[in-house]
Amino acid sequence: MTAISIKNLYKDYNNSAVLRDINIDISGQEFCVIVGASGCGKSTFLRMLLSEITPTGGKIQIDGLPIATEPGPDRGVVYQRYSVFPHMTVLENVMLGPSLARSAFLGRLFGKARRLIHEEAMRYLQAVGLEHACNLYPASLSGGMQQRLAIAQALIMKPKVLLLDEPFGALDPGTRKDMHDLILRLWKENQMMIFMVTHDLQEGFLLGTRVLVFDKIASLNTERDKPGATITYDIPLTHRRKQ
Amino acid sequence: MRRLINWQPSSVGAVILGALPFVLLLVVYMVASDIRQSENPNDKLLPPLSAFAEAMDRMAVQHDPRSGDILLWADTVASLRRLAIGLGFATIIGFVFGIATGLLPYAGRMFSPLIGVLSMVPPMALLPILFIVFGLGELSKIVLIVIGVAPFMMRDLAMRVKELPPEQLIKAQTLGASTWQIIVRIVAPQVMPRLLDAVRLSLGPAWLFLIAAEAIAATEGLGYRIFLVRRYLAMDIILPYVAWITVLAFLSDYLLQTIQRRAFVWFQPERNSE
Repeated sequence: MTAISIKNLYKDYNNSAVLRDINIDISGQEFCVIVGASGCGKSTFLRMLLSEITPTGGKIQIDGLPIATEPGPDRGVVYQRYSVFPHMTVLENVMLGPSLARSAFLGRLFGKARRLIHEEAMRYLQAVGLEHACNLYPASLSGGMQQRLAIAQALIMKPKVLLLDEPFGALDPGTRKDMHDLILRLWKENQMMIFMVTHDLQEGFLLGTRVLVFDKIASLNTERDKPGATITYDIPLTHRRKQ
Repeated sequence: MRRLINWQPSSVGAVILGALPFVLLLVVYMVASDIRQSENPNDKLLPPLSAFAEAMDRMAVQHDPRSGDILLWADTVASLRRLAIGLGFATIIGFVFGIATGLLPYAGRMFSPLIGVLSMVPPMALLPILFIVFGLGELSKIVLIVIGVAPFMMRDLAMRVKELPPEQLIKAQTLGASTWQIIVRIVAPQVMPRLLDAVRLSLGPAWLFLIAAEAIAATEGLGYRIFLVRRYLAMDIILPYVAWITVLAFLSDYLLQTIQRRAFVWFQPERNSE
């Protein structure tokens, strides 16, 4: 299983601290939920785990090796919006990752190779309940269906870590509950670690096996330093693991 | 009394309303032409509609006694050919440089200032240089169209590329896409319909540059013809030619719009949601 180790991580933007002194070790099939007020660096932290932005200092190690400098297929992501490609059908969106891996120049597959990936993609679409919509374009899907598609698209890469940036923030409450059941099921079925950013505490405690609370701390040094945020509480919810 | 902003014409009424200004213009022309003709039957400025028909019979149906061509068709073919080649090259340049400068930070830093400066140069001011360098033949006219519209297309496409949500590019990388794969599977297919928009917007300037170049040095072409017959005040030829150019411009715009709608089904709801 995957192990992530973070030491003395910090991030500045224009000389003002965003994140300070992040130290944490996470291993196994953990569902980490990151909660905190707006502007507390939750998304910044997630984006560093994704290599979308680079830390100002400190270390992130995945399985003992320094984190890659670019996003890659070992870490999947689902954003609140814009996670799927509007010019591809639902099926093409899911087939994209495996097709890219097998066709360096065109990024498309034909014939037998295509049929194999097609079958695999349909299995993932079935898992998220979108098999009937496989020929539609994302614009004609509801918000919840688009997020299901984004999850299937990420899962087919079999990532070690799945990063979710407020994935259900734009959904209505009924759809949100369905999505909670879905993501818990998929998390148990697929061997992976999940990090999810949310501003909904209830959602965090419902889903997570470990809740990381980000909050601003008073400046330790001088008065002109703007306070950065750090992990103020690290709450393990071990009961869920035994379920 | 209902507010004016709530007055909606019926569907038939809308057609009539739209046609009304055209009809009015036609009537005004016919009345003015009639007044001038009654004062001087040889008046050339506002010829009657029958004169247009005669002139077009000469230009579009009968073969020219000197060259043996049907002049309107020969002019149309020559002009459309220049326009298509010029716009085609400009589109290819716009597509390649637009994607490169919009997507790759190094290409953007290197070429954006140059493209920005080039787009400020008035293309017509370059025409003498083009005639000197490329001669008076086809090449200088095509190059004028390319120089006239390519900088706009490059900048427009680069902006369209930058408008793609950054989340998409990150997502593509988490699916293992290389830079090349991101271009061929993510960026190029999505800017294609937007490229057609840029071509549509460039049609007007392209016609302008074409007619200007033809007016100065050519042996055939729609612009050449209207500037040639200007010497004889041949309004009976010029006005139908202008109408014909307008029809061609309108049709090419309509064609591009239809291609965009048919070939990029996903683009319509996308655009409406923006």
